[in-house]
Amino acid sequence: MNCILTGVGGQGTILAAKLIANTAMAKGLQARTAETIGMAQRGGSVISHVRIGEEVYSPLIPEKTADLLIGFEPAEAVRALRYLKKDGTVIVSKTAIKPAGASLNEKDYDVSKVLAYLKERVGKVIFVDTDSICRKCGSAKVLNVVLLGVAAASGTLGFTVEELEETLHRMLPERNLAVNLKALQEARIFAADCPI
Amino acid sequence: MVQELVMGNEAIALGALKAGVSVVTGYPGTPSTEILETIARRNPGDVYVEWSVNEKVALEVAAGAALAGARAMVTMKQVGLNVASDPVMSLAYIGVKGGMVIVVADDPGPISSQTEQDTRQFGVFSKLPVFDPTSPEEAYAMIGQAFQYSEKYQTPVLFRPTTRICHASVSLEISSERAKVAPEGFVKDPKWVIFPRLSYLNHIKIEKRNEVLAEDFATYKANEIIAAGDFCRKGIAAGGISYVYAKEALKLLGVSCKLFKVATPYPFPERLAREFLQQVDEVLVLEELSPFIEKELVYLCGKYQLPVKVKGKLTADMPCAGENTVENVKEALAKFFGLRIQTVGEGQAQHGEQAIRKQAEHTPPDIQLPDRPPVLCAGCPHRASFYAVKKAMKGRKAVFCGDIGCYTLGNAKPLEMVDTCLCMGADVTMAQGLFRVERDSVNFAFIGDSTFFHTGIPGVVNAVYNGAKIVLAVLDNSTTAMTGNQPHPGTGQTMMGSISAKIRIAKVLEALGVKHIALVNPFDLAVTEQAVREAADCDGVAAVIFEAPCIQLFKPAQLYRVHEEKCNGCRLCVKELGCPAMYMEKKKAVITPALCYGCSLCAQVCPFGAIEPLRTDGGENR
Repeated sequence: MNCILTGVGGQGTILAAKLIANTAMAKGLQARTAETIGMAQRGGSVISHVRIGEEVYSPLIPEKTADLLIGFEPAEAVRALRYLKKDGTVIVSKTAIKPAGASLNEKDYDVSKVLAYLKERVGKVIFVDTDSICRKCGSAKVLNVVLLGVAAASGTLGFTVEELEETLHRMLPERNLAVNLKALQEARIFAADCPI
Repeated sequence: MVQELVMGNEAIALGALKAGVSVVTGYPGTPSTEILETIARRNPGDVYVEWSVNEKVALEVAAGAALAGARAMVTMKQVGLNVASDPVMSLAYIGVKGGMVIVVADDPGPISSQTEQDTRQFGVFSKLPVFDPTSPEEAYAMIGQAFQYSEKYQTPVLFRPTTRICHASVSLEISSERAKVAPEGFVKDPKWVIFPRLSYLNHIKIEKRNEVLAEDFATYKANEIIAAGDFCRKGIAAGGISYVYAKEALKLLGVSCKLFKVATPYPFPERLAREFLQQVDEVLVLEELSPFIEKELVYLCGKYQLPVKVKGKLTADMPCAGENTVENVKEALAKFFGLRIQTVGEGQAQHGEQAIRKQAEHTPPDIQLPDRPPVLCAGCPHRASFYAVKKAMKGRKAVFCGDIGCYTLGNAKPLEMVDTCLCMGADVTMAQGLFRVERDSVNFAFIGDSTFFHTGIPGVVNAVYNGAKIVLAVLDNSTTAMTGNQPHPGTGQTMMGSISAKIRIAKVLEALGVKHIALVNPFDLAVTEQAVREAADCDGVAAVIFEAPCIQLFKPAQLYRVHEEKCNGCRLCVKELGCPAMYMEKKKAVITPALCYGCSLCAQVCPFGAIEPLRTDGGENR
């Protein structure tokens, strides 16, 4: 299983990649990831690669071989589409993050066009209203767990929401646990109403 | 044995702990930083670990420990090795007693660096052995072997991972065992004192030793020829991450051939390489940065008169710059093996069994996407400092020398406040050079707090003593921010968890003879502007220290919002500041609460008083 996570530096893709890898490892599988660490973490485009299974050599996923692309931001999801395999799944947040430059150059970033593009080009795509889910949870920081929860519920990660939940219990500090469990619960409810 | 998800840098640290390392020093720099941080986090209690003020200092501290018989490790990024090169070059002649590994992380791309330099070349230059792991798993085992070779040959060794190994994570079994190394202590001996005569004699010894070492490396198990594709007279030679890309690409292409893995590029394992060259007619070399292995193979073909065609960077079969990927390796391999790459949808006809289907790779999406370069964070004090200087210097001729750190991002629109950036500490000194020529300009030197301690101080001494007129703008955010908030002498913290007396930058400047020193909070815009104007009118070195902590060090207390009726859509806040939390929507400015850090700069800039504190329950809603 190859999974790309992409978004804007600071959105929590690195932790999400770790959660996927650790959940897979708890099932006795091998994991391999690659991260964007450095200057791009300051609000630039970031991408994490997660590869689960044997006979995997490269930490980077070869283009056109990702089973799943989790987009934390719509334009970043489109930017990373080259990694998606032909019948791969995209799970993407509907909320745009406008780059500081977009406001400056008056080149408006029209998120509806980007979402329409994804709908047109990708066979299996789930748009997640992360804004309202995060608001229900009372924190914008649970975005990563919301998207992972939807991915797990959709069956594309190779593990269940319950297995992901066990990883949260194992890996998150006590003070962040409750809000993230709530996020997972909201993700489960969202996914139940939203089949691929 | 416990299986953990371990990052390459963590694997290097854990491997070093297993090997009984007892002194670890370094200076933070992407992609090397997490090595030393892991040592500190997993410190069994008896390891001395420090973020030194710079790489030269770090290397010398480690060298001292190794001379006393301890296993010592020093970590840095590739440009850090330039700073440490003085002691490295001499230590190569002197040698060590305890094992000493100099970990230098290279950054092909470059992804987060100034240069695409190749530390393997530094191995040749300094005559030090180089270990080049191909994966985090291999790095975990190899770092221990590096210590063994170091002790066997009584020389420091270089260990060179690259970004894709440093920042890749794998499932790995971590041993809790630890080698016991009891340092003998320092034994006085003239051999520790470098002198011309000794250097001459040691030079001879080193050349002879490297011949022995090359032979030793020919049997080192990490160097190997993987025999496959029995009748194939084509082979691949690869080092570093390119080796795993080759394995992945061969699998994708369904091809097998002989594979020569080079784990110790210097001294080159000549006998093994010759054995490989005798089995092939043509070789494709896969490596990043310089054509290092390629040149070694070309040299050996000449030396042993082997009729082998060597392809790689020098023959333009591989790119001369940037990092490799599975894709470009696959493409090069397909060409090398004469496989036809066909674009899916180009037609159904397949030419022979080995035709490769390729789905229109590298085609950018046919939709306009916004650029997203890295920016200063919302609430970053550097934005306020740069903005205040920009305002204060409006209408005056001024040059802004920048430096390495988050504040390099001040070069972007709309601030555009970095006119030069070269290397650590070069802001203070280049501003002086500009002053010698540009007398009518106010020459600013922007330097961060960690950079100030790294290599900034000698530049200030030089400016004061030689009477240069510069404005020294110290951006003191109380941390080493870009690499993830490491402590430095201005923070009062150490990696051993102890508290030290903070070294105050203002006191240092005072002691160096800087006459005009102003301390300001950059978020007090009017006061800061005034302080900058005063400094610009001073003679000699005038310092303004902008003191405000990095946003990663605290939680915001008070966010801001735009009062919609009061906002007249003048765009000034968005246009002037380039804050990522702000954008325009329906001709009104908007602040994203999840990104706002409550710095209040936009509120101070707004001419209509339309930006005001947001009543919240104390930042919970983030």
